[in-house]
Amino acid sequence: MPADAAQAGTTRSLWVFSRPNDDPGKILAVAITLCLVCSVLVSGAAVLLKPLQDRNQALAVRKQIVSVAGFQADSAQQVESLFQQHIETRIVDLDTGRFDDSVDPASFDAHTAARNPATSTALAPDEDPARIKRRPDLAPVYLVRDGERIKTVVLPVYGYGLWSTMYGLIALAGDGRTVTGLSFYEHGETPGLGDFIENPRWQAQFDGKLAFDKNGKLRLGVIKGGVNPASPEARYEVDAVAGATLTSNGVNNLLRYWLGEQGFGPFLERLRADGEMS
Amino acid sequence: MNEENRRILFEPVVDNNPITLQILGICSALAVTAKLAPSLMMCLALSVVLVCSSAAISLIRNHIPTNIRIIVQITIIASLVIVVDEVLRAYAYEISKQLSVFVGLIITNCIVLGRAEAFALQNPVGPSILDALGNSMGYSAILILVATLRELFGSGTLLGYQILRLTRDGGWYEPNGLMLLAPSAFFIIGLLIWAVRTWKPAQVEKHQYRIHVVHRGTEAL
Amino acid sequence: MEAYLSLFVRSIFVENLALSFFLGMCTFLAISKRIETAIGLGAAVIVVQTITVPVNNLIFQYLLKDGALAWAGLPDVDLSFLGLISYIGVIAAMVQILEMTLDRYFPALYNALGIFLPLITVNCAILGGSLFMVERSYDFGQSVVFGLGSGFGWALALVGLASIREKLKYSDVPEGLQGLGITFIIGGLMSLVFMSFSGIQI
Repeated sequence: MPADAAQAGTTRSLWVFSRPNDDPGKILAVAITLCLVCSVLVSGAAVLLKPLQDRNQALAVRKQIVSVAGFQADSAQQVESLFQQHIETRIVDLDTGRFDDSVDPASFDAHTAARNPATSTALAPDEDPARIKRRPDLAPVYLVRDGERIKTVVLPVYGYGLWSTMYGLIALAGDGRTVTGLSFYEHGETPGLGDFIENPRWQAQFDGKLAFDKNGKLRLGVIKGGVNPASPEARYEVDAVAGATLTSNGVNNLLRYWLGEQGFGPFLERLRADGEMS
Repeated sequence: MNEENRRILFEPVVDNNPITLQILGICSALAVTAKLAPSLMMCLALSVVLVCSSAAISLIRNHIPTNIRIIVQITIIASLVIVVDEVLRAYAYEISKQLSVFVGLIITNCIVLGRAEAFALQNPVGPSILDALGNSMGYSAILILVATLRELFGSGTLLGYQILRLTRDGGWYEPNGLMLLAPSAFFIIGLLIWAVRTWKPAQVEKHQYRIHVVHRGTEAL
Repeated sequence: MEAYLSLFVRSIFVENLALSFFLGMCTFLAISKRIETAIGLGAAVIVVQTITVPVNNLIFQYLLKDGALAWAGLPDVDLSFLGLISYIGVIAAMVQILEMTLDRYFPALYNALGIFLPLITVNCAILGGSLFMVERSYDFGQSVVFGLGSGFGWALALVGLASIREKLKYSDVPEGLQGLGITFIIGGLMSLVFMSFSGIQI
């Protein structure tokens, strides 16, 4: 009724939400309430679930470490117990190759360290074949000991493939030369082509290959055209995959970088000299 | 269920399918369908977000000012998606890694905003939920179909189980590499649209321009 | 300078948002009927992308990143989970501001674009561009170049598709494929073509 409507137009309701939708007070109230409700919902979920998520992430990496070190784990509990029992995490200073025990291995995160200018080195394009841009000065290594001797050493390696960074682990025997395993646990390569890096049958080709020759020169590589088993080079080589040239190059680059002078080279040299490195 | 509700629920499966008719939700249909498992997770995630956002927007539909309408809808949708992402990373970590970028893109998945604008803003909560469920079913149907074809012919597997033995494992099937790449999803959906429109001629789009057919009458020879 | 040029060319061809990453497909397939409208939408996308990617970069660097709030005395705070909602908020705001600016200073263009301006808010290519910028940790300069390049690449793909569809008017496409069906197939062929760019290092 016109009289009622005229009256309603002059008195603004105190309860904001019963005002008409184009009332400025209402617009503000709706916006603020919505922001509050959504913030509580989102932040609540993020904070409550964070411990679970961090555990999942750590578990995923540990599963890979345990499996590339040669242990079979079928469940999360097994992964944890094998990791606690057999794997010793140590931090290595990449430049000197020595253990650095001043940093707590359990809380050290190499990727955060790589982003911090104080604990990492920026790489010029010509010294950065793996395109990682920054190299952390300290890196974790995972050791499996047989008594005092180091039986297996697992090294985290990463580098750019075709689409994004590939993260993997390489396991070397206590002699610092023989490869006992390789795996990639995170990558963005082309499904069906570049993702050969996560194929266990391709990874198995690395078992028993030699990373360094008798003079300590780095020889491990992925090659095109097929490995000729009769040639003396075969012990250092693994087949690349046809059609996935750039991913294969990426694998080569990251292996060469991390097993070389800039990466774990100094550490492996010391390991070859002293099999009981402590 | 009454007639109207039945129509709202089942129409989007074929007659008004979000992907093959409304042209909504294409990006994810192309990107995650290389394997069946992530596609199923994607369908589930989208259904949850779609139902919740349609319900929420429909609940407050009478109080949303027009000037900030789009931002309000997007805020609600974005918050829901972030919560779904956090839950996935906590309880289904492996699958969440595969879905990574695309969980975020559910926010801009046109189906969610499209149905909010077209339906939830004007209808009560009950029908909005039915509409959301219907569109989820339509979207899931297409995704499951495309993913099944792509995974089966691209890797010989379904849900990770080897169905066709590959030549590189000593079998007979040479996998079709094209199926693993996104362009194949384009082709499969295109052919699917052809099949659906042959079945339901009502959906056929009219030609914009037809070359005039010249009839040559039988002349006296 | 060379790095910027290489990033620019890469984001147009090798990493084309529409044809290599399949982002923004809904608008891509729906708005490609006529070349004029495609050019209009393409131009709008370029503008929005060039503005939002650098702005989101600043927000990420100085507010959201792990340790970003060190300047405010809160070095341990990690707000990256607010990323999605911040970026989309920025995009929605930019589109709204662009709409008001065009309406005031370029009314002819505003009328020509019409409904397509708000449609940009939900274009996954725009959000995708910001998400890639975060994932690849670009700095401000790279974000500007990437925004410009990726927007231009998307627009190029859209105009390309529109041109092909206009020529298709004179073809005898089967009934069931008419319109959307043949567009999907053309889109597939175009993306196969763009795959030939993949892996080019410039």
